[in-house]
Amino acid sequence: MVGTVYLSPAPGARAFVEVGATVKEGQTLLIIEAMKTMNQIPAPRSGKVVEILVEDGSPVEYGEPLVVIE
Amino acid sequence: MTAISKILIANRGEIALRVLRACKELGIATVAVHSTADANAMHVRLADESVCIGPPPSRDSYLNIHQIVAACEITGADAVHPGYGFLSENAKFADILDAHGITFIGPTAEHIRLMGDKITAKKTAVELGIPVVPGSDGEVLPENALEIARQIGFPVLIKATAGGGGRGMKVAKTEEELEEAVSTARSEALAAFGNDAVYMEKYLGKPRHIEVQVVGDGAGNAIHLGERDCSLQRRHQKVWEEANSPALNVEQRMKIGQICADAMKKMKYRGAGTIEFLYENGEFFFIEMNTRLQVEHPITEAITGIDLVHEQIRVASGAGLSVTQDQVVFSGHAIECRINAEDPRTFVPSPGTITHFHAPGGLGVRVDSGVYAGYKIPPYYDSLIGKLIVHGRTRVECMMRLRRVLDEFVVDGIKTTLPLFQDLVSNQDIANGDYDIHWLENYLAETSAT
Repeated sequence: MVGTVYLSPAPGARAFVEVGATVKEGQTLLIIEAMKTMNQIPAPRSGKVVEILVEDGSPVEYGEPLVVIE
Repeated sequence: MTAISKILIANRGEIALRVLRACKELGIATVAVHSTADANAMHVRLADESVCIGPPPSRDSYLNIHQIVAACEITGADAVHPGYGFLSENAKFADILDAHGITFIGPTAEHIRLMGDKITAKKTAVELGIPVVPGSDGEVLPENALEIARQIGFPVLIKATAGGGGRGMKVAKTEEELEEAVSTARSEALAAFGNDAVYMEKYLGKPRHIEVQVVGDGAGNAIHLGERDCSLQRRHQKVWEEANSPALNVEQRMKIGQICADAMKKMKYRGAGTIEFLYENGEFFFIEMNTRLQVEHPITEAITGIDLVHEQIRVASGAGLSVTQDQVVFSGHAIECRINAEDPRTFVPSPGTITHFHAPGGLGVRVDSGVYAGYKIPPYYDSLIGKLIVHGRTRVECMMRLRRVLDEFVVDGIKTTLPLFQDLVSNQDIANGDYDIHWLENYLAETSAT
């Protein structure tokens, strides 16, 4: 998805996930805003967050890796 | 209106590159969008910024309005050039961009809709004074057939109202043939469609395809840039185009051009457009209007010296046209050959890797292409890999130059339609400009049989 990525549900709020956190499949990892719509991006699988590859507020394009989960 | 500072080019291939060149010349920043299959494309490499908008299928990338608007948002593009094909005649796309405050470089959504529908387009053409194929207003019956046929003029074509695919269609060349043609068409129509209603149109046996280029400023000013002859077609796909048409003289050119320009003024048309006609025995008959830039626009640029994409961008930014009708001068002759990645005889697509690429050069030669040596042609999109446009002071000079240039052009690793053009440029009918819309298919059938 193309859009602007946000790591937390609202400005100043805590991030959805941090490096080292354990996530469950379906859990929201981040939000991508496109055409004034906030799209929640769920974890495709359960595991441990190893790396977050994008910065809050940065633009992302189709196919871009966002988060590494092991 | 608003100045444009960054244009997102919602297309791929040679036309994306074509638009990008115009933007650079106007000092406007560019954003390329691309599918994952086009990450290495030339228009992506040369753009100031690029955004991957989806996987290879067009519906998920180049036709994906949502992703394209999102790409405008993240890059701050204030205008979109749609090129041709894809979203260029999509009124919904124009509406959505408008709602987001992004300039669509093209006509209004209303005009796209109006001309996108065959029935309203023909109705509009009549209202604007553009000549259409004369026909019966309603159903033709055995009783009134002769009267209507005399009004239209022979030969006439009887067509099933519910028809399609050539069934329920009969030609009457003379009054003697009319009665039988009507009754046969009616019984065929009844058998094929369960409805014996038929109507009548003027029959064109050997028409040429001639189209007029127009540009309007959206505020009531519009000009024409002469015509293009695109009669050499295969399965309704244009193969070779010329400007001006070998069939028209200056008076005919200026007359039909003025009719089209006046119609666009009346309509307050904005941007570049093409009004397509069938032409036979000195008469023009409206087919449709394309509300976008066309593939073959460079031949018009060659004979007028006017950059059509510059004009589109100027008009979209509210700056108006750069020339008046009086300032448009037609100089020389131009021919475009569409180079497709296809077998030159069977037209079977030939995707693959281009191992060697040598573009021709010299005076009066233009190659619009996004391919290069090592480029892999993806199998997902159309087979056009480039356009060769040749200009000369006269048609003869243009043809001689084209012959020279075709011998210089090398594209290895895939099959292309270049050999077909080498055959055509040596053909006597082509040399004489003596061809109609059926000529190429007949020629291909004859030469393939031997």
